[in-house]
Amino acid sequence: MGNPISSVSHSEIVRLENAHKIYQMGNQEVRALAGVTISFERGSFWAIMGPSGSGKSTMMNILGCLDRLTKGSYFLEGDDVSTLDDDALSEFRLRHLGFIFQSFNLIPQLTVQRNIELPLYYLGWDAAQSAERARELASRVGLEARLGHRPPELSGGQMQRVAIARALANDPQILFADEPTGNLDTATGEQIMEVLSELNHQGKTIIMVTHESHIAAHAHSRLHMKDGVIERIDRDSYETHKVSSKRLPGY
Amino acid sequence: MKRTRLVRNVFLGIENLLLHKLRSFLTMLGVVFGVGSVVAMLAVGEGASKEALEQIRKLGSNNIIITAVKPVEDEAAGTTRSFMSIYGLTYEDYLRLAETINTVKKTVPVKIIRKEGRLRERGLELRVVGTTPAWFDLVQRTIVAGRVLLFSDEEDQAPVTVLTEYGARRLLATENTIGQTLRIGSDTFKIVGIVKSEGGEAGNIQIPDQQVDAYIPIDVARVYYGDISFRRTAGSFEREMVELHQVIVQVDHTENVEGTAKAIEEMLKRFHKKTDYIINIPLALLKQAEATKRTFNIVLGSIACISLLVGGIGIMNIMLASVTERTREIGIRRAIGAKRKQIITQFLIETVVLSTIGGIVGIGLGILIPILITYFAGMPTVITPWSIVLPLFISASIGVIFGLYPAARAAEVDPIVALRHE
Repeated sequence: MGNPISSVSHSEIVRLENAHKIYQMGNQEVRALAGVTISFERGSFWAIMGPSGSGKSTMMNILGCLDRLTKGSYFLEGDDVSTLDDDALSEFRLRHLGFIFQSFNLIPQLTVQRNIELPLYYLGWDAAQSAERARELASRVGLEARLGHRPPELSGGQMQRVAIARALANDPQILFADEPTGNLDTATGEQIMEVLSELNHQGKTIIMVTHESHIAAHAHSRLHMKDGVIERIDRDSYETHKVSSKRLPGY
Repeated sequence: MKRTRLVRNVFLGIENLLLHKLRSFLTMLGVVFGVGSVVAMLAVGEGASKEALEQIRKLGSNNIIITAVKPVEDEAAGTTRSFMSIYGLTYEDYLRLAETINTVKKTVPVKIIRKEGRLRERGLELRVVGTTPAWFDLVQRTIVAGRVLLFSDEEDQAPVTVLTEYGARRLLATENTIGQTLRIGSDTFKIVGIVKSEGGEAGNIQIPDQQVDAYIPIDVARVYYGDISFRRTAGSFEREMVELHQVIVQVDHTENVEGTAKAIEEMLKRFHKKTDYIINIPLALLKQAEATKRTFNIVLGSIACISLLVGGIGIMNIMLASVTERTREIGIRRAIGAKRKQIITQFLIETVVLSTIGGIVGIGLGILIPILITYFAGMPTVITPWSIVLPLFISASIGVIFGLYPAARAAEVDPIVALRHE
């Protein structure tokens, strides 16, 4: 992925420039993002924090290519994605991004295997390859034995593991986690965070939204939002989150 | 690749429909009954009209049949006093038809005499038909034994006769018929051949041949029996003089039939003072029957279309409910990277699969019903290939037409909103 913009550092993966998002609610304008400029490095682990209404969910949707900016630019892997249409954004999500949600968002009618295979289905993989990939991913999150089960038969922690496996199916550059532990008890939440930390260790860029500080503590950088703008950023010392850029097989 | 993907999509659609078996089944019923009624109605309609068309075709679509009828004036006079009514077609008419109208290819004179036929102790009321060998060209029937009348029979004024299979069986049972001597009235004829006969009626016209026919050369008929016939009806006594009872005209081309019929009418009008003839055109009857059939099909078709429309609306209704119910699933698929087009395809395939399966089941039902009707009510039914192909095509189209809107609604789902949808 060549980088045509000289001002962008080589390790940069995400950059927002003067990002605005304005919603029309009735005849009232809501400024969910009011001029945000920030860049995230490849392999970093960010937590986006803030009270409800601070714009953190909007920030997440914009970064995850689920929503588009009203004003400003968004560079992802050096490409300006703020100009892309719906189909192109879908294609971008399909090829480069992975999502983990608070409520897991598995399709309840489909088996664990079919849920994990979902991105591969849209990528056009054939059935045999997909099945093999799903098995491999399930074993990485310790759920190989549950491939034939359906989500309602699983515990919350197991469902979130399936969601992680699904998010990894397309080998994404960035993993988005929206309150990944919000529906889990503390112990299970910790386990999930360990899985995410491990993935970050293996080179994945992770952007997580949370309002719990002990969950945010797993990230290496924390972005505090308030009223649609960045309130402050705090980072752990560089050494603690320096990650190897070497990508491990299978991810 | 493209094909396997479609197959996969179809299987996915079936899988999704199987998740709600009862609902899918009930949704399908609308199309099942719609298509079933289309197929059944077409079969009944086709069966009814086929019989009529078949009968008319037997008359020959290139033929014009001119039949002698007693004029109304004579009808009233004949009953009151001793009176001889002279009417009908003449030998001159017969000759003139062939000579003056150049689209006429062949003419056949028909002289009918009712006589008892006797063969030893057995007797049968015969319709003795005096005609020319051309009869057997126009009224094409299978020869069972022997031969038909020949031109040499005419020249020789040979007392020979050709019987119908039915008449021959009645007279002779299983004995060898050819060469036997048959008494018709007071004269004897040699049986030279036996032909099959159709009999029956087509529309308002009688089929030219009947089951008790005995064909003899026309000149023989004139010499032996003359043109005057006597009939006793309810005490009164009728005398009639009719030269020819019927003339069958064969026209060279189908498109000339109507014109020729007009010319014949013009000609006859000139030489006949009273209207003592009827001109029947099987082709016109055929066209009329076909027009009736077309109207019938249009009426049946519109009724069937309404039931299919109802079925389609049922499908659309359920699919809209399904889209609402599966908003979250759609959101998940969109977030993962499914394009709008792919969501549309998914839902469209589900509706098409649903309506097509409904269509296939409906065709099964539509084939079964006519079979039962034929079995229990004895009504003829005909299932034509297009009465199966068309409904199948229609049911698939219903899936597309009524699936498009729900599918478009599904594609418009905003993933952000959908993912929060509980």
